[in-house]
Amino acid sequence: MDFSFSAAGLSAADISAIWLTVKLATLATFILLLVGVPVAWWLARTRSRWKGPVGAVVALPIVLPPTVIGFYLLVAMGPDGPLGRITQSLGLGLLSFTFAGLVIASVFYSLPFVVQPLQNAFENVPERALETAATLRASALDRFFSVVLPLSKPGLITASVLGFAHTVGEFGVVLMIGGNIPGQTRVASVQIYDHVEAMEYVQAHWLSGAMLLFAFAVLVVLYTFNPNGKR
Amino acid sequence: MTTVHARFNLDYPNFALDVDLDLPGRGITALFGPSGSGKTTLLRCIAGLERVAGGLLRVHGEVWQDGTMFRPVHSRRLGYVFQEASLFPYLSVRRNLEYGLRRVPRAERKVQLEQVVEWLGLNKLMDRDDPSGLSGGERQRVAIGRALLTSPSLLLMDEPLSALDLASKQEIFPFLERLHDELDFPVFYVSHMLDEVTRLADHLVLLEQGRVIASGALGETLSRLDLPTARQDDAGVVIEARVAEHDETYQLSRLDFPGGSLWVGKVPRGTGALVRARVLARDVSIAIVPPQGTSISNILSARIAEIRYEGRDRASLRLAVGDRQMLMSRITRRSCDLLGLANDMQVFAQVKSVALIA
Repeated sequence: MDFSFSAAGLSAADISAIWLTVKLATLATFILLLVGVPVAWWLARTRSRWKGPVGAVVALPIVLPPTVIGFYLLVAMGPDGPLGRITQSLGLGLLSFTFAGLVIASVFYSLPFVVQPLQNAFENVPERALETAATLRASALDRFFSVVLPLSKPGLITASVLGFAHTVGEFGVVLMIGGNIPGQTRVASVQIYDHVEAMEYVQAHWLSGAMLLFAFAVLVVLYTFNPNGKR
Repeated sequence: MTTVHARFNLDYPNFALDVDLDLPGRGITALFGPSGSGKTTLLRCIAGLERVAGGLLRVHGEVWQDGTMFRPVHSRRLGYVFQEASLFPYLSVRRNLEYGLRRVPRAERKVQLEQVVEWLGLNKLMDRDDPSGLSGGERQRVAIGRALLTSPSLLLMDEPLSALDLASKQEIFPFLERLHDELDFPVFYVSHMLDEVTRLADHLVLLEQGRVIASGALGETLSRLDLPTARQDDAGVVIEARVAEHDETYQLSRLDFPGGSLWVGKVPRGTGALVRARVLARDVSIAIVPPQGTSISNILSARIAEIRYEGRDRASLRLAVGDRQMLMSRITRRSCDLLGLANDMQVFAQVKSVALIA
């Protein structure tokens, strides 16, 4: 085993993996908010009998092993899968083992971590505030932007941070969907796995340490700037 | 002049509302009744916050809802003041006031921000960033201003004072009274406090268990003996009168109304000013001959219009003073029998106390 610190610091490949991770998490978080906000709003307000099943589907990734989600997504994105057929007929080719496929997989995988804080926040918006806004001439869409979102600011922050952080931390889904293509799908967590496989413990230390610091910083931000109940 | 027509029929398991009302297009209409009588529900139906199938609502000739259409809340030109002020906690006082104003097309704005600020005395509050620091009375004033700034053609107020302490109530009352004097759109005011109603309202709608049991001019309705208001301890009538003269020596003022006059403690208003006084039924006693040697200075000649017994011991009388003004008197049934009181008898009403309410 080589424990020398000669290769100390982050290699170009490490930097590239980190950069890819940040890109993936940013894009995924953006899409997660676009998808998660309407889903959470629907879940928070609906009296439909579909509320239970839809909520359960959204929450599945919390319970399922990432490999299971990865497996199904891989099949769906494959040449004979429903998603694969759509992307092929659109001339986009197959999404498996691409960055785009990774983004889609991340959105599924992190959805509950975005939807649940949002749903909580939306459920806590008092009906009276919405009624007041309606009597002040605000339409439903207007009320959503001028009342619901400002009152749900803590939930929005929590959802974004959790969505981002959870995407950074994924591993199983990435391996199933993306494989291990440098600059394409080799994110930081996979890179660490590679280092350990190759017995490059020092490299693994550096990258792991960076991830640890990141996770800690995220949680500090979450707990410091978002104390419960306060706006 | 009837300009608001409302018909609503709601049938919930524990509550039913069955209302068909014509309401005046001016002044303050009080929706009065005990809790659970449906007054707030009626107000919410009018606002569109409660969606009633088959409801009918016409305001100033405009249909807001009928069997075929339902205008959503935000498209109804109304202002709504809730029991609690419901200010948006994330907006400054100024932003709260402007919330509705910004959503009204410029051409429809009849009320200006400066006007409302001046009128409700909000100047010192305008720069406050966090409305949660305001007192209850201040918050409610901002909420009233915010509603007025939408230039409503109908203002709905749901017990706007009930969540406030006495001091805050006293702080708000003058504003509500000015509302009464200066606004040219109707106000529907939900209340379960008779003194609030007598101070503010022109028209009174009495609700009981979701049904309208009376609707009419305040003075007339309050003097009806067949209504539950007559059985309340503070039952009484309202007299609209003019300040006729001041007596500096004894610090008194004479109030004239069609049919008579009353002396009251000096009123801080000039002669000719229109004021509102309240005379409680329990403060009016009856004599069949002109009373002499009495300390009571207000003695009015009256005709008994109606006698109604309450239980075995009490009697309520409706008295006509002149052609239009009514008084109520509550006496014991024994006195009623001893004096041989009967309908159309001429008597003397001795008014022990008069409360100036506006």
